[in-house]
Amino acid sequence: MIPAAFAYRRAASVDEAIELLADEDAKLLAGGHSLIPALKLRIARPSVLVDVGRLDDLRYVRDDGDRIAIGALTRHAQLTSDPVLERDCAVVARAAALVGDPQVRHRGTIGGSVAHADPASDLPTVLLVLDADFVARGPDGERTIAASAFFTGPFETALAPQEVLTEIRVPKVERSVYLKHARRAQDWATVGVAAAVVGGSTQVALASMGPTPLRARAVEEALANGAGAGDASDRVGEGTEPPSDVSGSGEYRAHLAQVYARRALERL
Amino acid sequence: MSILGNRVVRLEDPRFLLGEGRYVENLGLEGALSVTFVRSPLAHARVTEIDASEAEALPNVQVFTGADIDAHPFGPPPHWHITAGMERPLVARDVVRFAGDIVAVVVTEHRASGFDAAELVMVDYDPLPTVLSAEEALKDEVLLFPAVGSNVANRGGSQERDNGLFDGCELVVSGALLSQRLAAAPLEPRSAAAVVGDDGRLTIWATSQTPHMGKMVVAGLLGLDPGQVRVVSPDVGGGFGAKMIEPEGVLVAWLARKLGLPVRWTETRTENMVGLPQGRGQLLSFTLGGTRDGRLLAYRLEVLGDAGAYPALGAYLPNLTALMSNGVYAIPEIETSTVSVVTNTTPTTSIRGAGRPEAAQAIERAIDLFAAEAGLDPAEVRRMNFIAKDAFPYTTPTGATYDSGDYEGALDLLLRSAGYEDLREEQRRRRADGSAVELGIGLGAYVEISNPVGEEEFGEIEITEDGGAILRTGSHSHGQGHETTFAMIAAERLGLPVERVTVHRGDTDDVPKGTGTFGSKSTQIGGVAGRLAADAVVEAATALAGDYLEASAADVVLDLGTGSFHVADVPEPSLSWAELASKASAEGRLGELKIAHEFQAPPTFPFGCHLAVVEVDTETGKVELIRFVAVDDAGTLINPLVADGQVHGGIAFGVGQALYEEVVYGEDGYPLTGTFVGYGFPSAAELPSYERVEMVTPTPNNVIGVKGIGESGTVGSTQAVLNAVLDALAPHGVRHVDLPCNGENVWKALREAKA
Amino acid sequence: MTNVALTVNGERRETDVEPRQLLVYFLRDELGLKGTNVGCDTSSCGACTVLLDGESVKSCTVLAVQADGTEVTTIEGLATDGELHPVQQAFHEQHGLQCGFCTPGFVMATVSLLKENPSPTESEIRHALEGNLCRCTGYHNIVRAVEAAARAGA
Repeated sequence: MIPAAFAYRRAASVDEAIELLADEDAKLLAGGHSLIPALKLRIARPSVLVDVGRLDDLRYVRDDGDRIAIGALTRHAQLTSDPVLERDCAVVARAAALVGDPQVRHRGTIGGSVAHADPASDLPTVLLVLDADFVARGPDGERTIAASAFFTGPFETALAPQEVLTEIRVPKVERSVYLKHARRAQDWATVGVAAAVVGGSTQVALASMGPTPLRARAVEEALANGAGAGDASDRVGEGTEPPSDVSGSGEYRAHLAQVYARRALERL
Repeated sequence: MSILGNRVVRLEDPRFLLGEGRYVENLGLEGALSVTFVRSPLAHARVTEIDASEAEALPNVQVFTGADIDAHPFGPPPHWHITAGMERPLVARDVVRFAGDIVAVVVTEHRASGFDAAELVMVDYDPLPTVLSAEEALKDEVLLFPAVGSNVANRGGSQERDNGLFDGCELVVSGALLSQRLAAAPLEPRSAAAVVGDDGRLTIWATSQTPHMGKMVVAGLLGLDPGQVRVVSPDVGGGFGAKMIEPEGVLVAWLARKLGLPVRWTETRTENMVGLPQGRGQLLSFTLGGTRDGRLLAYRLEVLGDAGAYPALGAYLPNLTALMSNGVYAIPEIETSTVSVVTNTTPTTSIRGAGRPEAAQAIERAIDLFAAEAGLDPAEVRRMNFIAKDAFPYTTPTGATYDSGDYEGALDLLLRSAGYEDLREEQRRRRADGSAVELGIGLGAYVEISNPVGEEEFGEIEITEDGGAILRTGSHSHGQGHETTFAMIAAERLGLPVERVTVHRGDTDDVPKGTGTFGSKSTQIGGVAGRLAADAVVEAATALAGDYLEASAADVVLDLGTGSFHVADVPEPSLSWAELASKASAEGRLGELKIAHEFQAPPTFPFGCHLAVVEVDTETGKVELIRFVAVDDAGTLINPLVADGQVHGGIAFGVGQALYEEVVYGEDGYPLTGTFVGYGFPSAAELPSYERVEMVTPTPNNVIGVKGIGESGTVGSTQAVLNAVLDALAPHGVRHVDLPCNGENVWKALREAKA
Repeated sequence: MTNVALTVNGERRETDVEPRQLLVYFLRDELGLKGTNVGCDTSSCGACTVLLDGESVKSCTVLAVQADGTEVTTIEGLATDGELHPVQQAFHEQHGLQCGFCTPGFVMATVSLLKENPSPTESEIRHALEGNLCRCTGYHNIVRAVEAAARAGA
């Protein structure tokens, strides 16, 4: 499959990328592993691609005191083997290791995955459970968007058209887990459940249970009220709209979410 | 010392390892235009208008529709007994009958502009009601071919049930199994290229398993003298029974003649998932009766086949299923009934196993059900009913004459190799421990029919001037390793090192006739034809050597160890093949060492027994195959290394059907599994290593004693895995799981059993 | 058109390309390196795997323009002076290929894998190859080939 024609610009800096995004038909190209498949199927037809892939100063994982700062262009493969994440926020490394396959992980970036906002994606779900902060820069300057406000719909985010995601900031956590049910190792999650103890409370997030990654608030509430893993996970379906597709029916997904929520909480 | 039976690494490997595979898409064809097909997104609709003006406004774009194509439609051969009036035009005219049906052909300078132009071809469709399942189609409410008046494409077997069939049976079990529609999914998408030479002859390069058949089809549909057509099928990246000759290839040929220019086409995977014919799609309803102590007395199998939109080989295959319904058992009475119907889906054809996996799936499921009802061990019930080792040739009630077999031997070998008793012990232990993960052990005994139509194959040996040999075969090779195995067969007879035998195949100008490679027939007819040709050449060479050695042919021998001719018991003087060939060539007699042979033989019946061990997570339904042991007996082994590979690949295919694969259509007939994301056949991460156990029971049907092993792994495996899943879930009251046994289908079955 | 300059199999190549040209088609059609194959539309099969700056990538999911300034190694760049690379040799000896179409992708993925993990277990091998699909071999001998290549110190 061949993409429809587009113009190509390489940004030498974030500021340049912001300028180039002024064209409303422009799209950012990072790792390309969400965008290029869409271009090939001609689902996406931007007139201009703005390549930020060479902005190496956006590739880092830094211990920033009580938070870990991850550059938006850090590749999944780097996250998988990063010692800071392994020590202080293992779930990000674990989730990154489950994205696609090794070739995909050599190219795909955390920023690209987050901005693409596929409700079935692993990293957005994990970042949601961690209450991550997303730092974005646009023509009006820099701002921080909380994960809970970031994912607004299927493949939709709170990023403004000219904004570039530059950094993702996650808390240090001691206990975190991500469980993914997929048909094959390279597949997207039929259902994914992320759990972490953040600031003393247990938080749970779900992949592929609705139009965006979702916090399982009812489960969290039950836990906060002293429910055990089994009883709390019984409430995982509240507020969800699991899709039905060839990977699974909505009913099956709801069932899986319950099983994996319980297992995630037990493992936590 | 014979080379046969040795693990010889493949002669053809280097070019593939170095990235020099001669796939059609790699072929250089100067100035070739690019062909792109416009396909219907709708499963059933009238085509009311095609407006190509926007597309043709782009530079160097031409668009052809059905009205432009003066060629005959695709029609099935008469011996398949397909209902008349269901032929497939190369390009759909007034009606499209499946999502993927071709409605227009776009020709551009480059591939990329082909996509751009094809997008701009505007087609107006008037949707018609769709019929997507064989059961619905059988009602004849929505007709694909109104003029025909029915959706039935083929019928076979008994048209009326014998109500007394199970009289005298103490125990009767019934069930149904949908052997779901599969995609062949070879890694190489189809490709074709064509050019008309200065001499007016048409040359077509095609990804085809059957170049000679392709030549006849193209000639027939385009109204050409076959002598004016050359088909070359070079390296082909997997076929699995689906890559024969299709409308796309014929259209490429038609375009080359119409435009007087070379043209080429390679499909996208998305096109391949709708355009390449698919397989299985048989609803199998079975009833098995016998005595309470396990003896089988009668079996009924009814098959409802889904032929897809335009009936072809797939419409006929249920008859082959019926023929093999007997399995490995001595069942005194068998009744079969088959019907194939058209539906608004991709046409079906032979896909690895082609009817035999379905037959095995049915009888093996039936026998496990029977054993469960009788409270007997499934291995023991099988053992009690096997056709005895000394009963061959054995003609089944369905009319198949099995050549040789040792079914009990295969089971014994399997159970021993797998440590069956230990597995059952472990299962008992785990059940006592009460884990949510259940261990299941499943068996699948099978017999299959290779070279199913008893065909003939061409083989020729030509000694070259330097004393090497060319083996021309009508067989093809698209992964089977014939360039090595056939070379081994000839080398063994000629006394030449195997590297000195070069196998030629795939070019209809180079090889005058051929049947092609499908139905696991190649070695037993093509390899044997090569052997017989080699023997004839040895005979001729011996006579020629006699002339040069001034001895009578009867006194001359070929020393196979050194590859040289000499008078018996007189090692010198001798003539090597090179010396003989050189002398003969100088005298213009080299042609005497080029001899062809055609060999035809009846079908042979490979057999075996497979054992699968699965773990089923009863909370999520997910099944993991943790162990697979396979006994596969296809007679004499030419090259065990290659045979292993064929079995491994066959197993993966069958496990794919058991656990992962299914072609799924949405309510409107649009395929939901039209990419490698939706149609998820397994990767290495989903499969274990296999334990293959060799067993050799030669066939009397040819001098080598070889049957065909290419489909054995597939014919035996699906039901072994299915039976393992059901074995794991038996304590939960589950008696049936829909194929594929993916998480959801297992979960549904568990839920239903609880209810 | 955009200018790209990159090193392919040790040789510097420079030319103008359409931005939409995928790296796999650049390699095949512009440079005539036909060993890298296109097997699917959805980045699923890995038949197009090459090394980009030493790491395995799916060249169907990389634009040629993105490869500007990089070092690309294709299957054609592995053998030296006609001698098979140890991974190629291992695939040959273990019968790790049948039709050969997926083979270049598997070989390149294996080279990358062994670089990152020189002594992988069977499970690690199978997971490292989850992005490469084969329909012929059932993977058994491919895994044997990777094990053999690892033993040979590839």
